[in-house]
Amino acid sequence: MSARLEYVLRLADTSLVLGQRLGEWIGHAPALEEDLGLANLSLDLIGQARLLLTYAGEIEGRGRNEDDLAMSRDQSDYRNLALAEQPNGDFGHTIVRQVLIDAFQLELYEGLQRSTDARLAEIAHKALKETRYHFRYSAGWLIRLGDGTEESHRRVQGSLDSLWRFTRELFAEDDVDREMASAGVAPQLADLELRWSAHIDEVLKEATLQRPADVPYVWHGKRGQHTEHLGYLLAEMQFLHRAYPGASW
Amino acid sequence: MYTQGLDSPGREALHASSPDTAALEARFQARVDADEKIEPKDWMPEGYRQTLIRQISQHAHSEVVGMLPEGNWITRAPTLRRKAVLIAKVQDEGGHGMYLYSAAETLGISRDQMMAQLLSGAAKYSSIFNYPTPTWADVGAIGWLVDGAAIMNQIPICRCSYGPYARAMVRICREESFHQRQGFEIMMTLARGTPEQRRMAQDALNRWWWPALMMFGPSDAESRHTAQSMRWKIKRFTNDELRQQFVDITVPQARFLGLEIPDPHLRWDEASQHYVFGPIDWAEFQQVLKGNGPCNRERLEARRRAYEQGRWVREAALAHAEKQRQRAAQAA
Amino acid sequence: MNEKEWPLFEVFVRSRSGLEHKHVGSVHAADARMAIEHARDVYTRRQEGVSIWVVRSSDITASDPAEADAFFEPARDKVYRHPTFYSIPDEVKNL
Repeated sequence: MSARLEYVLRLADTSLVLGQRLGEWIGHAPALEEDLGLANLSLDLIGQARLLLTYAGEIEGRGRNEDDLAMSRDQSDYRNLALAEQPNGDFGHTIVRQVLIDAFQLELYEGLQRSTDARLAEIAHKALKETRYHFRYSAGWLIRLGDGTEESHRRVQGSLDSLWRFTRELFAEDDVDREMASAGVAPQLADLELRWSAHIDEVLKEATLQRPADVPYVWHGKRGQHTEHLGYLLAEMQFLHRAYPGASW
Repeated sequence: MYTQGLDSPGREALHASSPDTAALEARFQARVDADEKIEPKDWMPEGYRQTLIRQISQHAHSEVVGMLPEGNWITRAPTLRRKAVLIAKVQDEGGHGMYLYSAAETLGISRDQMMAQLLSGAAKYSSIFNYPTPTWADVGAIGWLVDGAAIMNQIPICRCSYGPYARAMVRICREESFHQRQGFEIMMTLARGTPEQRRMAQDALNRWWWPALMMFGPSDAESRHTAQSMRWKIKRFTNDELRQQFVDITVPQARFLGLEIPDPHLRWDEASQHYVFGPIDWAEFQQVLKGNGPCNRERLEARRRAYEQGRWVREAALAHAEKQRQRAAQAA
Repeated sequence: MNEKEWPLFEVFVRSRSGLEHKHVGSVHAADARMAIEHARDVYTRRQEGVSIWVVRSSDITASDPAEADAFFEPARDKVYRHPTFYSIPDEVKNL
């Protein structure tokens, strides 16, 4: 697989898997207004995934479209960040996961707007606007929950402590990242990390939350080494395709 | 979008008959007769207010509970396009619930009170949502039949005498125009697909047809509120008129799909220029309305769970707002 | 169900620049920032707006419908405020 294909799949799968997770909330959120808010985030992310998967299919050149890629790859062929596949937990847990990824995608898309890959630059330009809103939404909620009641503070601090270990992967550079950065396709992860960290620190401060210590173990979702959760997510998402091979919908 | 069951009985007070009230009522009725809109702070008979609160809140509950059966398929939608469309549709239903709760709140009831009535089981919602959605074709059938029936019910309400309800309805009808079309498109794809997909589509039609006809509510002979509601221009057509209209336009659509309507009595009547259909099983309707339908329990439990599990979130948001207020006051 | 409800905010949306903000409905929210987000998610899903105002419903003072006659009837006979009140021969232009 070419580095470019790998890279585009990482972007696509992270958006898809996160969008799928958020979709699980719709109809079950803490307030009706939040059902609508989470649905909007989910729709944006699935929209990004569709553009990116379509592009990935073109790079691959085997005639696979967005649905072929989404519905027939097994988990080890998925390239999303492990953070994105973590289960929703309670609303606070979902918000913590969202803040951590939104701040990352915010800086990522900002950098990708200047990509030498015109197609990626175009997708990033659209996605950046969406992501700015996502971050506004998720950061707003993290601040309310962190600086809300004792219970809400305890809950989101617990979620932050448990999800933090997946943040190392966001910036763990590998050959694909290096090749894409040196070709000017992708921004340097080290630069992103500094800006991500600044966003996160700012939100955590206002939310009166403690930044957890970094954990040495790094997940490699973007290389297909996933937690146990992704398999279940895909089993649900891909069920019709697998039960009725060859049918179109 | 779902207005059936809205005739279910409430306990509004009968009109008081003091001379003052009689004059106010006469003036009110004259305004309604002249097709003037009634607005929130205008004088209105208590029965009118109560009827509206009951109808609008039941309508809102139906939208919100209606998110659940289709919501079942968001994570399993067969393509990413279908997934996005379904999310947007279920989201719209939540939005429509909100427009309607907003409209009801202008009548002096809070959203929390309405929610309490729903969760305690005291309030009704459209019983169509107490049927299960075991297959993907159910998403198609709901869009095609349930939204189709709902639109037929709702278009007349756009001209309802109560301004906020009518305005919410205009917005809802405009937004819902895609819901029925996407449902029909799903059915069409299935009907033209593999033999298994065709079977899936027919099975969904078999299960949704009669419940969809029941959505228009009891037959006119049985319906308690129709006459008064029509006088108040809350309702513009009778249940049976709307049901007939629905059958007349839907039967040809089923033919186009090559699917069979599960009614051995169904036939075209040349004389009346309408389809004649078989008897509706009102005993089933009453059972589902009473809470004994296939999914009544699951639907209410899902709403209760969301409400209970969201409590700490809602409280935290209020607590944070209060802290912010205090900080601002101190800084000033 | 004894908890306090999120307060109600009225929502006004400017559909495009050049037009005024128009009342579209209400949302519940714990604070103004959230109210703006809810208004965006609830009332502008189909590009209905370019600008949103929210105001706490309890902060709105409205005229009393019982006084509607006293408020609005007196304007009725002041027809001379309207240009059509004045008859000017057709051949006179630019008036």
